[in-house]
Amino acid sequence: MTSCADGVAAEGLGARRGYATLFANLQFSVMAGCALTVNGANGSGKTTLLRIIAGLTAPVEGEIRWQGQAMRPFDRRMREAVAFNGHLPALKDELSAEDNLRAWIALDDRSPDADAVVEALDAVALARQRRLPVRVLSQGQRRRIGLARLRLVRRPLWVLDEPLTALDADGVDALGALLDAHLAGGGVCIAASHHALPIPRERARSLALGPARE
Amino acid sequence: MFAAVGWALARDLRIAMRSKSELGVQILFYVIVVSLFPLAASPTREVLTTIGPGVLWTAALLASLLSLPRLFASDFADGTLEQIALSPRPLPALVSGKIAAHWLTTGLPVAVLAPLLGAQYALDSTVLTTLALTLLLGTPILSLLGAVGAALTLGARGGGSLLALLVLPLYAPVLIFGAGAVDAVHEGVSDTAELSLLGAGLLIAIVAVPFAAATGVRIALD
Repeated sequence: MTSCADGVAAEGLGARRGYATLFANLQFSVMAGCALTVNGANGSGKTTLLRIIAGLTAPVEGEIRWQGQAMRPFDRRMREAVAFNGHLPALKDELSAEDNLRAWIALDDRSPDADAVVEALDAVALARQRRLPVRVLSQGQRRRIGLARLRLVRRPLWVLDEPLTALDADGVDALGALLDAHLAGGGVCIAASHHALPIPRERARSLALGPARE
Repeated sequence: MFAAVGWALARDLRIAMRSKSELGVQILFYVIVVSLFPLAASPTREVLTTIGPGVLWTAALLASLLSLPRLFASDFADGTLEQIALSPRPLPALVSGKIAAHWLTTGLPVAVLAPLLGAQYALDSTVLTTLALTLLLGTPILSLLGAVGAALTLGARGGGSLLALLVLPLYAPVLIFGAGAVDAVHEGVSDTAELSLLGAGLLIAIVAVPFAAATGVRIALD
């Protein structure tokens, strides 16, 4: 029934926050190798939609399908597939950029490869600062560590909330390079953003969320 | 599964070692609270030996409570908890590792210090040995029960005081059996019953709590 066996699909998805209906009966599908940009006004439910896709939040109606299979919140198959970059950086101030990334790789049941970590930090121009505690880094630099994490954890589905926030022009280029490689390798990306993502037009899809209704 | 426990344990211990002042605060809190009672109560031998076990146990309970909000709150605030909950590893195992780290940094130092502080209450060595033993069995139960409360109050306004209201009644049985065992030895009666009950409570908590706390964490993230 679904035409999107390789990617993410939403079937009649609805979400509510308090008394406001954010969206109802939402349908979309994103094929492997494509990126979906979700846009809409502040408070229209972009972040909620991303959290539902990642499996952090339960929708009030409908379901998310990953590779043709319906996913419950915190579904094991979804946890194995998704890399989620939310508003929060998930970095420990006390640890260095390098140690933060190593911990996330180790959580994936792989032993962290020191060269790969340095290489990933170099790709986001943070190789020199890799031993500094994250506490002293700027907002933009923290976002860049998040980009390095995407590259290191190697997941087929990226869910990114406002990935362009606090990034400078070089940072946006680094994100573009990462997305290019990810999509070319058959990955899927779903991002909430007010601006166009730095990806080729033929791979880009977009979804506009209307304002929330009482 | 054990790899997941180890991951969370190693990570939390490492972060605790980088913020040593916070650890010091809890241990100092325990030392100071325990030392205040002999100053306030009449410093006669009979009074001190009578109140000693109860004071040492109540202070251990408060020291555990003081550090509980830290168990999940900082991970919740910086997004780490989201990532842990979305990882392919089993969340109850990751939560267990965090609880183990909490006990090693708060419960264990208290259990080690208690016999030294007990000297202020003129308790003899057999009583002090039992005190250390009950704290070694009891403080992990405090960390475990507290973890459920900490997970359930995540993101709630006034979470800290709500946590105390939620957790302190649950701590009561641990306090009764823990201080009871020390009293029994002090009176020259066997403490086997109290120690067995503490041990049984610990085993039940080790099995049941990680699942309850993991569910609490998932609810908090929704």
